[in-house]
Amino acid sequence: VTANGIAQLVLYAVILTALAYPLGIYMARVYEGQYGFVTGGVLARIERLFLRLVGSDPDHEQNWKSYAGSVIVFTICFTVLLYLLLRWQAHLPLNPDNLPAVSAPIALNTTASFVTNTNWQYYGGEFTMSYLSQMAGLAVQNFVSAAVGMAVLAAVVRGFARRQTSDIGNFWKDLYRSLVYILLPLSIVLALILVWQGVPQTFSGHAVAHTVQGGVQEIARGPVASQIAIKQLGTNGGGWYNSNSAVPFENPTGLSNLLENLAILLIPMAQVFMFGRMILRMRMAWAVWGAMFVLFAAGIAIAYPAEQHGSAVLRHSGVNIAAGSQQSGGNMQDKEVRFGIADTALWASTTTNASNGSVNGGLDAFTPLGGAVPLVNIFFGEVIWGGVGSGLYGMFFYIIIAVFVAGLMVGRTPEYLGKKIEAREIKIAAVGALFVPTMVLVLTGISVVTHAGLQSIYNSGAHGFSEALYAYTSQSNNNGSAFAGYTGYPFAANLGSVALYLGRFVPLIAALAVGGTLSVKKTHPESAGTFKTDGPTFTILLVAIIVLTAGLMVFPALTLGPVVEGLS
Amino acid sequence: VIRTIVRSVVAMVVITVAFGIVYPLVMTGIAQVAFSNTADGSLITLNGKTVGSKLAAQSFTGKQYFHERPSATAPAYNAMGTTFSNLGPTSDALKKQVNGQIAAIMKLEGPYNPGLKVGDIPVDAVTTSGSGIDSDISPAYAHLQAARVAAVRSIPLSTVDRLISQHTDGRFLGLFGEPGVNVLELNLALDRMGRQ
Repeated sequence: VTANGIAQLVLYAVILTALAYPLGIYMARVYEGQYGFVTGGVLARIERLFLRLVGSDPDHEQNWKSYAGSVIVFTICFTVLLYLLLRWQAHLPLNPDNLPAVSAPIALNTTASFVTNTNWQYYGGEFTMSYLSQMAGLAVQNFVSAAVGMAVLAAVVRGFARRQTSDIGNFWKDLYRSLVYILLPLSIVLALILVWQGVPQTFSGHAVAHTVQGGVQEIARGPVASQIAIKQLGTNGGGWYNSNSAVPFENPTGLSNLLENLAILLIPMAQVFMFGRMILRMRMAWAVWGAMFVLFAAGIAIAYPAEQHGSAVLRHSGVNIAAGSQQSGGNMQDKEVRFGIADTALWASTTTNASNGSVNGGLDAFTPLGGAVPLVNIFFGEVIWGGVGSGLYGMFFYIIIAVFVAGLMVGRTPEYLGKKIEAREIKIAAVGALFVPTMVLVLTGISVVTHAGLQSIYNSGAHGFSEALYAYTSQSNNNGSAFAGYTGYPFAANLGSVALYLGRFVPLIAALAVGGTLSVKKTHPESAGTFKTDGPTFTILLVAIIVLTAGLMVFPALTLGPVVEGLS
Repeated sequence: VIRTIVRSVVAMVVITVAFGIVYPLVMTGIAQVAFSNTADGSLITLNGKTVGSKLAAQSFTGKQYFHERPSATAPAYNAMGTTFSNLGPTSDALKKQVNGQIAAIMKLEGPYNPGLKVGDIPVDAVTTSGSGIDSDISPAYAHLQAARVAAVRSIPLSTVDRLISQHTDGRFLGLFGEPGVNVLELNLALDRMGRQ
């Protein structure tokens, strides 16, 4: 651990918060139509045109069931389109390297993976996907699945903020505003900076080089930067190249790495402030921010020293793994020189705090302790900032449980934002918080007791179990990062597809249901007996609830994988 | 329900055209005008021929050249098939890779670095990179190889050291990232100097 490394981590957190706060305010005002350019002007005219095209009345809002219905039907349509695109890519244009059709189980898994904002990859991008599949299929999903999550969050937050109405917003309007006012402008700016730094953006096929020593090297490229920008910003994570943002073409410099890494958490953190603005109580947003920050900081505080300490194999080999001015040292297996240990460990934490899942180094080669951090981060349900939209609405489940537990402890009816939290909300929140971790354990179990499941494992012993556990943790929580040795044979691909869809839609519908039931409630004025949900006490309680609920569920599985490996 | 499906299909078509076709086309247009070299893959040409990319390691085996980090791609430094090694941190396969690489480096660099110990070998020299085409090596690994390159080329070590520092990309603002030495550019600079 070096002074420069710590400085990088601290500055990262400071810059991130400084960017996220104003963005959060901006997003709240965009969704609520508080800017002139949102209610009038060219983009507003296009919004009305778009709403007319999809047959939605601009002044009409939906209740939570209707909103959820729109989300689901919309996603099913894109599922069909993307699947067909991948299966027929050989016969479609923009395939300069003549790639064949994607196989059925992989196409199914990839489709599930991209429409659910996961971007788990059982394929290597540059040698599987045509330019059309990447651009018009995968990159579109990067925008759309992110926008869907953001729209749903806006609706759920309205449920908290409003009283005595069942209307929580117009899905099509929220979708349009997420895409046009938030994701697109940020993507354009980031994409151009990335091209400047070295990320390709071309429609020419691969380049052919005649190397210095007389060999031939073929170099994959394409319209990469435009896709990488949204892949980072929309907590998607699916890379153009197989090795994702470890590849110099996807992430060429220290600056590109900083920006791509900031982009992972920018919108998820901004949404916490957006929440504060929409409920008109910024102090409550800071309490939630605090809980997320504590868990975020804890993860990196473990992962960075663990990777810097190096793996047993490297320590015993006798090579120089000490950090210094001439090298970053540490566990450099599957890591890149220009990022070194601090930046790779930080990225591994942020990408699994959020449901991003992109990587700038190989997680399978992380040390047992360093690799356990991403696993536990994801297992917490992607609520440490979390996915765009899905992170904060996932956190609401824990908030409701925390308020309930606090209510039990002080013997009062639990309340949040002046709304009584009753049996119905607690039940929905419990399902929302516990469904996914339960599914992870069941699916991992199936995958390690069946022959068809076992063949996907690459490394032997405890590390092999970690690969399987990671695969179903990542897919069920819609993260997308991997212990990448785990291979997509048809059985694993299909089991993964189940995890992806259920992991996305069970919490999403539960969150909308919470928003829908809260929106119709009355708001009660605060009294002396109301449990405070805006101070450090609540932050600590929230952290404790998350660690106890999700942590205790993952702990037994963790002992079979990383713990055994670390002790052996 | 049917109305929702029709709405969704319409929205899908509009969004796919806007974000899947128009957005990347416009970005490509701007990129090709503003940053044509990097947009095309940071290719390096020598006498009108493309010899590689600044952002992709390529195979160097000659003793007069700086060598890249190990690569897990098949074949090594495959810029059409990037991959991690995915070797677990306690696996025998990792041990074998590291020990094999140590032996190869001791044999290659030992004669030019009298008294070379395993502890002098920097870790990036014995580990595969994340992409398999990491274009950089650490300054430590470059300095380990400098004695051999200087001896084989019969040029002063100080000249080689100067070229190393010229082709070291520092941290952004002196803070973000880690310094790395671009091997292809360094080797091309050495060859250029040889011809003068």
